[in-house]
Amino acid sequence: MKGQRWIGFLLVNGVLLLLVLVWSVPTLGLFISSFRDRFDIQTSGWWTVFPHREWETVAVLDPKELGLDPDGVMAVEGVEGTFTELREGVQSPDGDTRVTWVGNKRLGRIEVQQQTWTTKWNFTLENYKQVLLGQDTEITKADGTVEVVPGQDMTQAFLNSLTVAIPSTIIPILIAAYAAYAFAWMNFPGRRVLFIIVVGLLVVPLQIALVPILGDYNKLGLNGTFLAIWLAHTGFGLALATYLLFNYIRTLPRDILESAFIDGASHFTIFNRLILPLSVPALASFAIFQFLWVWNDYLVALVFLGVDPTNKVVTQRLADLTGTFGNDWHLLTAGAFVTMILPLLVFFSLQRYFVRGLLAGSVKG
Amino acid sequence: MTSLETVEEREGGVVARLLAWLGRVFLAVIIPLIAFAVIYVGFIFLRDSDAPKWVIAVVAIIWGVGGVALLYWVFNGIVEQLSDQWRQRLQPFVFVGPGMAILLWYLALPVYRTFWLSLFHRDGFPEGFSVWLPWSWPAAMQSDAFVGVSNYVAMFSERLLQEAFRNNVMWIIFGSTFSVVFGLLVAVLADRSRFERVSKSLIFLPMAISFVGASVIWNFMYEVRPAELPQIGVLNAIVVALGGSPHPWDKWVAVAPWNNLFLILIVIWLQVGFAMVLFSAALKGIPEELLEAGRVDGANEVQIFFSIMIPYIMGTIITVWTTIVIFTLKIFDVVWVMTGGQFGTHVIATQFYRQSFTARNSGIGSAIAIILLITVIPVMIYNLRQFREQEAF
Repeated sequence: MKGQRWIGFLLVNGVLLLLVLVWSVPTLGLFISSFRDRFDIQTSGWWTVFPHREWETVAVLDPKELGLDPDGVMAVEGVEGTFTELREGVQSPDGDTRVTWVGNKRLGRIEVQQQTWTTKWNFTLENYKQVLLGQDTEITKADGTVEVVPGQDMTQAFLNSLTVAIPSTIIPILIAAYAAYAFAWMNFPGRRVLFIIVVGLLVVPLQIALVPILGDYNKLGLNGTFLAIWLAHTGFGLALATYLLFNYIRTLPRDILESAFIDGASHFTIFNRLILPLSVPALASFAIFQFLWVWNDYLVALVFLGVDPTNKVVTQRLADLTGTFGNDWHLLTAGAFVTMILPLLVFFSLQRYFVRGLLAGSVKG
Repeated sequence: MTSLETVEEREGGVVARLLAWLGRVFLAVIIPLIAFAVIYVGFIFLRDSDAPKWVIAVVAIIWGVGGVALLYWVFNGIVEQLSDQWRQRLQPFVFVGPGMAILLWYLALPVYRTFWLSLFHRDGFPEGFSVWLPWSWPAAMQSDAFVGVSNYVAMFSERLLQEAFRNNVMWIIFGSTFSVVFGLLVAVLADRSRFERVSKSLIFLPMAISFVGASVIWNFMYEVRPAELPQIGVLNAIVVALGGSPHPWDKWVAVAPWNNLFLILIVIWLQVGFAMVLFSAALKGIPEELLEAGRVDGANEVQIFFSIMIPYIMGTIITVWTTIVIFTLKIFDVVWVMTGGQFGTHVIATQFYRQSFTARNSGIGSAIAIILLITVIPVMIYNLRQFREQEAF
């Protein structure tokens, strides 16, 4: 019985560990790579920063000095082989030493390599500097030519993302909270019909709105402005916000409202002084949800912010990078991490609220 | 206000009352005017200013958020100047109105407008046509611009769009199934593990990462190098270590449509955390007695899982599954950034984007959007029915 429990423990935690590893490796690889030197990234896997065994040349020998005959079988450093075998590299029987003939028959040399434990523990902040500061950097290549890599100025995009995301989070919450309050605690004709519209709009895909709204923005001269994208995110997030906040505000005790009314408070005062403070958990849940949504959004920014490079948000900049610098992993990894840092911070510090928001309902259009 | 009222009390005369009335009118007119002026000045500043970027960012945030709050305050102020009866009638609409107006403008009316667009050719409506003016319809319908349902016909007959539909079906089937299965697996395992918090956090973490970020992460996982060089992408390094030859997974046309699976994998990686959180909460809601009763009756853990847990959380499974289906139906970013729809990986949403904004064919683009909408209608009906059953009103 005890043995069985042990097997169960191993099975549960073993499979879980495997899943966690598989899930973490992609992010970990990106994170480590973003601190690696440009050359290192291109020539070796990021996992080489961990201790691993690698062939290291310990001695270079001249076959002539050793008096070896390249046409016959040669014996060097405890291994034997013909020229063609040595060209491929011959390992000693214990596998610790490898002898390789480098070069041609006449002028070649013999390298003796041994497997040693090494780490490629060589980190730099250069990638982040390049991505964030927007300075052009000169890189001297192996063949001596100098290449100028244009800076990426992600700082600008980061500021833009903040300018887009903060109002796009607060505005829908404010508007939705007023509406939710009215739906929950005020009586007016059409209340039921209007709320049914809200519920119906919960899953409407935002693609349906892009072309008409873009047309409206063109007429209003709003295209490419922050106001345009705030309103768009507000429109697309509002149904869910109203629905979630309504479900929460409805559950607040009705006595509070009534006693406040007797004290002569108006709806506006009750809303500002009582309902908003009491709804903080629900507001926070939705705020995190919406903030991550807006920060990580690509499509809405692509359509409404347009191609003006000074307005681009981080997701756009990163997508541009993958297009133009698809193989410059030192830029891509650092750039990707710059876009992820804020959501990850929000996520880790406010995970409980985020989870609560998800549990409250997450069908979004 | 207060000073006016005290004057009124002391004098009690007609003049004072007139003054009070004038004061109210003054307030009701001048405050909104000031408010609008402030908002307008902010708008002009944001549009034309050369100030440093961070100043503009801060002003934009204050202006945007403060402006909305100010508008509510002003409208409420106006309504509260009215008589009690009118205030009671109008105040709810001050609260509900802005929200409903925005929803109407951004989601409800676009459904109608996009539907009309889908009946016309690539450049949209002909001159003089308006979806709001029924008398302008007949003339437009006789013009060349009106193509009726042929956008829809084209959509189902064009090869690229058929490919997009096929891929999207793959996305929906594989994406949702694997996300649900893995989510459930992690939830059940974590529930029995001492490392529940850590493991759940780590699996949940990709939820915070954007699709564009995830695309970079996985592009790096899939990175391929010529066979003679050391591989720097994890997957190809494993393949080479096992004696295989490296492949550009997602761009590997030879295996289309199965190369889509390598894109779907990315979304599974992102969505399992979401599924896990909801399942985890649902599993914790199963009464302990129920599980005990099963164990007393001699059921093993596997039987308990399939005959007690699964039926008990079926509602949650359906919710999660539906959410992920809707989600994968609209998948755009991953495909757009990873392959741009090349190599046989287009999906409905990338075709929507390509048709609407790259090819500038608003007719077909709108038809695709309408198809997207039609596919979510069952969910919409389900939501409405749930709402009616709850009888919240």
